[in-house]
Amino acid sequence: MMSDRPHFLLIVVAALVYLFLMLPLVIVVGAALSDTTYLTFPPQGLSLRWFENIFEISAFRRTIITSLQIALLGTLIALLIGIPAAYALNRFRVELPKWLGTLFVLPILVPEIVFGFALLKSFTVGTGAPIFLSLLIGHTLIVLPYVVRVISASLASFDFSIEEAAISLGSAPVKTFFTIVLPNVRAGVIAAFILAFITSLNDVSVSLFLTGPGISTLPIQILAHVEQFFDPTVASVSVLLMFLTVAVMAVVERTLGLTFLAK
Amino acid sequence: MTQPLALQAVSAHYGTTKVLEDLSLSVQAGELVSLLGASGCGKTTTLRLIAGFLTPTTGSIQLGGRDLTRLPTHRRDIGLVFQNYALFPHLSVLDNVAFGLKQRGIGPAERRKRAVAMLERVGLAVLADRAPGALSGGQKQRVALARALVIEPPLLMFDEPLSNLDAKLRVDMRVEIRQLQRSNGTTSVYVTHDQEEAFSISDRVAIMNAGRLMQFDRPEVLYRRPANTFVARFVGFENIIPFKVVARDGDRVTAETAGMILRLSQAAYGAIPDSFLLATRPDGLVVSTDPMAEGLSAQLGLRTYLGRAYQYQCDTQAGHLVANGSLTTPLEAGTSVKLVPMPEQCTILPADGAR
Ligand SMILES: Nc1ncnc2c1ncn2[C@@H]1O[C@H](COP(=O)(O)OP(=O)(O)OP(=O)(O)O)[C@@H](O)[C@H]1O
Ligand SMILES: [Mg+2]
Repeated sequence: MMSDRPHFLLIVVAALVYLFLMLPLVIVVGAALSDTTYLTFPPQGLSLRWFENIFEISAFRRTIITSLQIALLGTLIALLIGIPAAYALNRFRVELPKWLGTLFVLPILVPEIVFGFALLKSFTVGTGAPIFLSLLIGHTLIVLPYVVRVISASLASFDFSIEEAAISLGSAPVKTFFTIVLPNVRAGVIAAFILAFITSLNDVSVSLFLTGPGISTLPIQILAHVEQFFDPTVASVSVLLMFLTVAVMAVVERTLGLTFLAK
Repeated sequence: MTQPLALQAVSAHYGTTKVLEDLSLSVQAGELVSLLGASGCGKTTTLRLIAGFLTPTTGSIQLGGRDLTRLPTHRRDIGLVFQNYALFPHLSVLDNVAFGLKQRGIGPAERRKRAVAMLERVGLAVLADRAPGALSGGQKQRVALARALVIEPPLLMFDEPLSNLDAKLRVDMRVEIRQLQRSNGTTSVYVTHDQEEAFSISDRVAIMNAGRLMQFDRPEVLYRRPANTFVARFVGFENIIPFKVVARDGDRVTAETAGMILRLSQAAYGAIPDSFLLATRPDGLVVSTDPMAEGLSAQLGLRTYLGRAYQYQCDTQAGHLVANGSLTTPLEAGTSVKLVPMPEQCTILPADGAR
């Protein structure tokens, strides 16, 4: 007979998996709190001075701002392009050619490092565009596939006769999109937002090519810092990055409702 | 409020495939007309054309005095009820019903009043604050019905509204739909592939096949006097026997097939052409063991039990026929019998291969 309680072995395995997943976090947080001048775990002495140190280094201050700006703007632009694209791909699935859907996934298939290099060669060098703009375009392009995929998945289970019902009741098509379609794929939009934002915030390979004099992103700055110093600042920056990510998720949850996690 | 609907020579294509050809249909004000036909014959397509989700390649659509042909859907003012209910999942039952009123610029208090009144009519006022997800199929369809009716549309359309419900509920709901439609006097188009459903609730039924209208008439006429072999088979005239007229004497016509002589009166069937088809249901052929009976000679084949009768597959010189015989004397396969058509259960079809 099956009981409703999970088998104890299952609990043990699940706990081990969690431990395995959490371990790096524990190590990083531990190292960040260490009082030593070198990176070490377990921490020796407790202090927050490496967190203070982040803000004393101006490069960190600037790159944190840049990274947040790029991630936020890039994600919003990707949503502006991705939501209508995903809608059209699903709404007119029968009428549209099949390869069109694949088109939006292509950037994922190209190794990011190649993509970054290609963008540098063709766009930044070619047009002499500002670095910030190049970064923004690069990041928009790498997060767009995620946006289209995630929102498509959400739209795939949306019954478009609901939209038709609203239109038949007198709601104009564009208005219907906002009052009927969007509220029903809200979970997908939120998931896409978070995924895109985090992907952009953590990106190294594309940014590596597109950053330039004066403008860099946080992960690139971390790399540069580690090359010269071996102090716990990197660990504390990482912790800060984690908190930023969690903060963004919290804000998104407060404003839009993180219901998709429950669904 | 109530208005007539007219489709004039409407054709529709999906890409290059033609799915509707020269369809003309007129629905009188206050009438309920069903579109009936096998899967894929173009019923939904017809509905989508009237609703405006699809544009006809030729022809025009009129509702009342208005030409709908080029009007966008949201300005057509048509109530739609879908097979899968299509309720708005993120709105309460009340807000679902009030949605159409909101689009018409009606204020919140009035909206609420009318929506509640409509929900009362479908017996769901107590569920006004529920989410649609927490309703049964029958309740969902009632909400969908209320949502379509509350805007008092001049035309109401249903696309197989009951096919997701169980058999008992289907019968209850169709009566309910008919009563609401009658009391509002709303012109209605009802799509179904269930013959009983179509016949039971419609003023007239349009039988469709492969994108064409086969016959459009009252259910009683379709059931007793199909106009062609397609409709005849559709309504259960399984036996279709070719005859040739051999003699005419005023109103009386004598016809013959495979050695059988049949006397018919034109008063009962209308003008009878020189060659015609006689159509009957299995009940319209009497299985007679009397060798002298005036009927078609037949060899009995497989016998099946129907509850009210035995049904026999029969081989005759006029082709394969199906007849029902009495329960008191089951007959064995291979028996030679006579099949005697009962004139009052027969109808006459033109022979010209018109489908
Ligand atoms: N989007 C489409 N693209 C191409 N062909 C289509 C499309 N929709 C329907 N068809 C075709 O048009 C014909 C009519 O379809 P329609 O949906 O009107 O049938 P129906 O009578 O409603 O059938 P059912 O009883 O199965 O609902 C069918 O042959 C169908 O394959
Ligand atoms: Mg259909």
